[in-house]
Formats: sequence, structure tokens, C-alpha cells
Amino acid sequence: MTKEEVLVERDDMQIDGGGPDSRQVRADPAGFSADYLKIYYGKLFPCADIYKWLSYGNDGKHPACDHSYIGRREFSFTLEHDIYVRFQSFNNANEMENAIKEKCPFKIDIGPVYSVDPAKRHAYAQAGNNVFTPVERELIFDIDMSDYDDVRYCCSGADVCLDCWPLMTIAIKVMDRALRDDFGFNHILWAYSGRRGVHCWVCDGRARRLSNEQRSSIADYLRVYKGGENNSKKVNLTGPVLHPFLARTYTDVLRGFFEEKLLCSQKLLASEERCQKILELIPDESIAAELLDRWQGNRRSSISKEDVNIARWEQLKHILQSGKQKAQGLRRCVEEIVFSYTYPRLDMEVSKHMNHLLKAPFCVHPKTGRVCVPIDPDNCGDFDPTTVPTLSELLEELNMSRTRAEPENEWERTSLGKSIRFFRSSFLHPLLKSCKEEMESSYNAKLQQSRNSLSW
Amino acid sequence: MEIVRSQRNLTADGPPSLSLYRSAPSLEVRLEDFELYAIDRLRVLKGISDGISRGKKPEEMEKLVSELWRANMRHQDASEVTNKDMISHFVLRLVYCRTEDLRKWFLSMETTLFRYRFRLESPESQRMLMAEFQLPYKALSNAEFETVKDKLGQVARSIGQSSNAETIFFKVPFEEVPELVASRRVFLLKGYAYVAMNQVVSLVVTQFRSNLSKALVLTNRKWTSTIREQEKERLTPIVEALSNSYLGPDYSQPKEFAEISLKDIDQLASNSFPLCMRHLFEKLREDHHLRHGGRMQLGLFLKGVGLKLDDALAFWKMEFSQKVGTERFDKEYAYTIRHNYGKEGKRTDYTPYSCHKIISSTPGVGDHHGCPYRHFSEENLRAALGKIGVGSRALDDVMDKVRNRHYQLACTLTFEAIHAASCDTGINHPNHYFSESQKILKSRIQPTT
Repeated sequence: MTKEEVLVERDDMQIDGGGPDSRQVRADPAGFSADYLKIYYGKLFPCADIYKWLSYGNDGKHPACDHSYIGRREFSFTLEHDIYVRFQSFNNANEMENAIKEKCPFKIDIGPVYSVDPAKRHAYAQAGNNVFTPVERELIFDIDMSDYDDVRYCCSGADVCLDCWPLMTIAIKVMDRALRDDFGFNHILWAYSGRRGVHCWVCDGRARRLSNEQRSSIADYLRVYKGGENNSKKVNLTGPVLHPFLARTYTDVLRGFFEEKLLCSQKLLASEERCQKILELIPDESIAAELLDRWQGNRRSSISKEDVNIARWEQLKHILQSGKQKAQGLRRCVEEIVFSYTYPRLDMEVSKHMNHLLKAPFCVHPKTGRVCVPIDPDNCGDFDPTTVPTLSELLEELNMSRTRAEPENEWERTSLGKSIRFFRSSFLHPLLKSCKEEMESSYNAKLQQSRNSLSW
Repeated sequence: MEIVRSQRNLTADGPPSLSLYRSAPSLEVRLEDFELYAIDRLRVLKGISDGISRGKKPEEMEKLVSELWRANMRHQDASEVTNKDMISHFVLRLVYCRTEDLRKWFLSMETTLFRYRFRLESPESQRMLMAEFQLPYKALSNAEFETVKDKLGQVARSIGQSSNAETIFFKVPFEEVPELVASRRVFLLKGYAYVAMNQVVSLVVTQFRSNLSKALVLTNRKWTSTIREQEKERLTPIVEALSNSYLGPDYSQPKEFAEISLKDIDQLASNSFPLCMRHLFEKLREDHHLRHGGRMQLGLFLKGVGLKLDDALAFWKMEFSQKVGTERFDKEYAYTIRHNYGKEGKRTDYTPYSCHKIISSTPGVGDHHGCPYRHFSEENLRAALGKIGVGSRALDDVMDKVRNRHYQLACTLTFEAIHAASCDTGINHPNHYFSESQKILKSRIQPTT
């Protein structure tokens, strides 16, 4: 009998029926077309809300408003047949809305706010030295499921399903808490990227004004997982204790998700190959060999009641955390395995520099037809990428309820309504309120200063 | 800045010898000293730059900096030492203010120099320097300290230091201490970092760096508007010569072996590419694909080696089209290649990556770029070196350097093992590796008479 046969847990019951799985997000070319998109931009896309957001209160009447602000923001359109049009800018909500309706971009990306209007950058180029340079940008994060291919066995590449989606839930929970509690940010928008991941926009004034070096430092603080195809151990936790951020992340989020969800749903210890992958993370070869031996041996009877993944994990923990293993490297090993299989994997380059583009929320993903809807970080465990409204569903909903004509708020009648209401109440309104307060107080401070200088 | 738990008393220590270089000294300087002092300081900065790219640890850097300083910045006349420091710094500001790249290099080296000199100062003069910077931070009050005491202790232990109840902490916006944040060496709460007294060097350095950065931009303005013209006969030639002599070639324009052609490229890859490039090259041939970081690192290297734009397009297309098809290649990838050659976008002629840049890169999942000596696991590195013909004894030497984080020395040893020739200058740029290798190989084909 080969080892493989011993190790594979027989699943006599089919988990899913055969054929394509409806609970998976896959490419659906039928659900997307330029004609559909035109109607979406005309009736549903919350253009005015996006404009309000990116104006950060500068579109008001307050004397401290910077009216050039929104006009210095780069928008980039991807048109049909992958034609990129970069460095678009708009001076008011109408210009923006008209351009989107007219050009009907398959994708809208948002770039930084530059020192000068990006559409006129060539005119400034002659003036010499670096006049055209990014000056403000949200702190952004991009997490992509395809970066987790070595720790998920349900799907790979661009596909995601409900078995691997918890990896994104973990990422949102870990990062959202750190951004709020550690870094003190308040205005954070999480959005589904439309296919295989999530985007995060940190919009506090303080976040928008970070230098590239400061952005890198935050990304590094949040980074534990070090990839690289030629480096087998991707997580190294050193030091006698973990930093409070990592310790809290481990006990509050990672451990629970690993032991209660992923271990079984991904069957992380169900075959020899998978076992080997985890055993490779144990630096002591004799212990790894001992575990393998146990798992191959005839001890099935003792563990038959339990799920094999859980039983093996318990054995591994027992051996590694028993009093005998005083060596520090080994005590940390259980944590390192959990971090390797669960900790968020960031696309570092996106976060480190101001001038990275990121897809706007409420765009429609051309491959899946799904809308990039906001995700509520407080209830991110309930988010289901397979039920996110698609373009064709939304248009059908519009058709179904033709009777009532209220052209202003047609989205109210569709399943997008919930997302737009959430965007406004949980993100946009609190953001604009604090923009206003910030503007007020900096204006008063300036006023005070000029009064003081007059009285001298 | 207030210090709560310790009374300042001016002892025999005297004022710190470290200057913040707030304003240029009003001294008479002899023209020879102007140049000589600057060259001495450049030796220090160049030594620091080498130390950084070899991945030296903080303790090693501290030793290196104090040695470099002692060796180059002494003066037979003790009273001249401070003047020499001031003069050389301000001369080099003139030299290095003139382009973005020069400013970046100078800023980074001067900041590193300042950092280690600050660490060598006594605690008393460190406090005086902090006061001189007028940092607006207060020491943590006892009441506030109590509420975060446990967390501060946990951070201290996580970086292998014992927590000490006597330590003074400063509560500062996290933006002020990026390096402490990046390495998780501070406790963060609601946007504030809790910086221990022995970490204040980070705070001071951030301040130093930002002051100097602003000053350099101003100096540049003055230089272009007045000084260059006024000093046309006297200082300008010295200043211009100084900046060229020490940065080394940047390999943006292939010089020595003007052109390489596509038919030779496999031969050249196995004979003269450094391991980092050879690995990328082989992966590209194998997978017909490389991710962005790899395309940049290899693409710019090939440009520096002398691959013309048309050949580069043909080369990448030949590989990528097997994976993604010709059409997608033309649409998605051709642009960046032309961009790298300065034919698209802002039309900058991009320079090939230096070892420093490659060593400090952060390859992610699926990436093959980076420095093999730094980013490969020991096992993978041994296999890769064995494959290119490094014998077992040389291999042990290489691994030894790797373990001590001397990545460029490891690369130099590899070079020597493969070419059976010495390389006294050391490798500091992948294109340097290539040109040294070609020199040796060509001299063997045509022995000099």
C-alpha cells in the first residue's frame, strides 16, 4: 500500500454536485457588454457620491475651500479593447458625469491629486524641475486571492469560492483593526474588487498626506508574509514574545479562523502532499519525521471519530508545544504555521507609492459582471462574493419595476440600493463631516495667526 | 522639548561635537581646502554607501562610520576639526544639490552619517541636540505610562530588550518615526508611537533628514540662479568635477561593449550574467513569462548591456507570445519596454538597477527578481550555484558571506570562482559584473602580445 492511500481521507459523500459550481465567482462574459454598461452609468452608478467623496469638502462655499483640488485628481479610463486613457481630470460633478456617460469606460481608476491639473501636465513640463508631482493620495491596499494559491485547494488563480473567501475576511478584520486602533485612522472604505480580492481606501486627511516613506513604513508594519518563489519559509517570527499587534492578531483572528474554518474547509492535512507542506515549516527534522510517522501509522482507530485534519493538527500542536521543546524556534512554530496559512498578503508596491492607480468602487468588473460594492468591515464575515449584484441582474431589476418613474433614485429599486445607502451612511457622511470640521479649525487657526501678526 | 525625569546638568562633557548644519559658516576657506575637505568627506560617504549595500547590521555600521570618520576627517589642528566638518558638508551640498538623483544619494548618506554619529554621542549631548532641534514632544507622564506599561514592556521584549521602568518614553505621531514603525519596534496606539529614550535617534534623524532635504532644494535654486555663473572661473569647475568622480558609472548608456545581438544572448547569459540576471533569464525561457519586478530588473539590465530597443522587443515578444499570444503582448507589455527605453510616457531613459536597489527589493509570491544571495533559501542558493559551476570549496566561502549578509561579496566570490580570476574592485552593479566578465573573456580570446 502506498503512503498516499493511507493518508487520503476517504470522502464517501459528495460534497457538491458535479458540474459547474454556482457558489463560485467565475468569468461570465455573457453578463457584461458596452450597452449594458451605458445604462448602468446612466441610471445606477453613484457618480455624484464619488465626486463628493473625492472633493473632501472642497466643493463647498467655505472660504477655506480649495477649488482647484478636485481638478488636480487623476482619473484613468480603460475603454473597450484595452485602450488606456490616463491623466483625465474634471472640474465639477457635471464634467465627470458627462465624460463617464459619453466614454463608457470598462474600468475607472483613481490616481493621486497632483500639484497641477494632470490634463495640463505638458504645459508645466517646460517650466522645469518637478512641477508635476503627486501631492496627496489615499493610503490604499490591494489584496488578491491569487496570491494565496499555495494555501488554498478549492480553486486557484482568479477564481474564488466560499471556502477560500474567509482568507479575505481575515485580511479585512486584521487590517481594519490595525488601521483604526494602531494608526488612528477613521475613514476607511473596503470594497470588493469585482472578482478575486478586496481594495482598501484610507481617506483621513492624515492618511492622504503621508509621504512615500511613511506609506512604506505602514505597509512594512502590516507585512509578515514574505513571498518570493525561492524562499521556502515565508513567515519568520523572531524574538521571545510577539509584538502586541501580532499577538492580538493571532489570538483574536488568525487562530480561530485557522482551527475552526480553514483547517477543515481546505483540508489542510488531508493528504501526504499537504502534510508535507506543513511539516516543511518545522525546522526540527526529527519532529517532522515523528509526526509523519504517526500520521502514516495505524492509529486511525483512535482518531476516527474526529475530522482527520483536526486530529492531526492537535497532534502537531501537542508535540511542538509540549514542555520538552524549549528551543525558541520550535515554540514559535505553531504560530508560524498559522500565520503562513492565514495572515493577509499585501501587494506592497500598491501601498508604498502615491502614484499607484486603483479601481474606483462601484465599477463593474468586465470579466464577472459584478459590481465593486463596499464591504462593511464590522460584518465582513457575512459578505458573500457569489451574491454580489451583477450588471445583468441589476438591469433586469430595473426592467421589472418600470412602472414607478423616479429617475433620480432608480438605484433604490435595485439590489445596489443597499450598497449605496451603506456607502453614504457609514463612509461618505462621516467623512464629509470631519472634512468640514478640519477645514473650519485650520481656517480659524490661520485667522488667529494673522490677527496675532497684525497686533504686533 | 522637556525632559521630565532627569535634571539637566552641564558637566565637563561640553557641547556636542555633532553639528546640525543649520547655517553655512562664515569662514575664509582656502581653495585647496575647499576641494580637499570635500574629497575627504566623500570618502566617508562612499564608505557608508558600500556598507549599506553590503547589508551591514546597525552595530557594524556604527563601527564602520566611526572608523571612516576617524580616518578621513581628522585635522592636525584640533580647532580645525569642526571647521572641516562644516566646510566639507556645505561644499558637498553645492556638489550634490544639482539633480534629483544626486540629492537623493547625498541626503541618504549624510543622514546615515548623522545617525551613527548621534549614537556615539553621550546621553547628555544627545539631549542637548534634541533640544537644539526644538522637537515639540513631551515625555510621557507617569499616569499615562501606567496605562500602557504592559504593552511597552511587550514591545521591548519582542525586540529582545529588557523593559526598564526607568526608561523615558515620548509619545509622537507615528509619521515621525517611519523606521521604527516599519520594523515594529514601537508600540502604536491611535496614531501615536511610544518612543523609548534609546530610540530617539530615529526622531532626530527624521528631523535632520527633512531639514537637509529642504535645504538642498534651496541650494539648488541658488546654484542655478546665481552661484554657477558667479563662480564660473573658480568654484564651478571644482564642483562639477567632484560630483562625477565618486558616484561611479550608472550604466544607463552601454559603453564598453557597445552592442550585443540577439543571437549571442544565450551564450552571454551563461558566460557573463550575474546569478540574479541569469536566474531571471532562465525562468523567462522556461515559463515564457516574468512578473513586473522581474521584467524591470532583467529588461533594464539588458538595456545596459547593449540590447537595442528593437532587439529587446523581439526578445520579449518571442518569449511572452508563447504564453499570452502576440496580440496581448503588443497591447500590454510592449509599452513598458518602450517606456524603459525612454520612448513612452515621461520619456526618462531609465537606468539599470544597482545591487543596492536589487538587494533592498521585496519579491512577493510568484516573483523571481531580487538578489539570489539575499532572497533565496540556503538550499535553493546552493543548488543554483552548483548548477552554474561553483565548486564545493568556493561554495562554502560564498555561503559564509551570505550568512554574514555580505551579499555583494558573495557575488564577487562567485564571479571569481567561475572566471578563475580575481576581481579586486568587488561587484557593485549587475552591469559591472557583466563588463568585468566580458573583459576577462575577451582577453582570453585575444591574448595581448
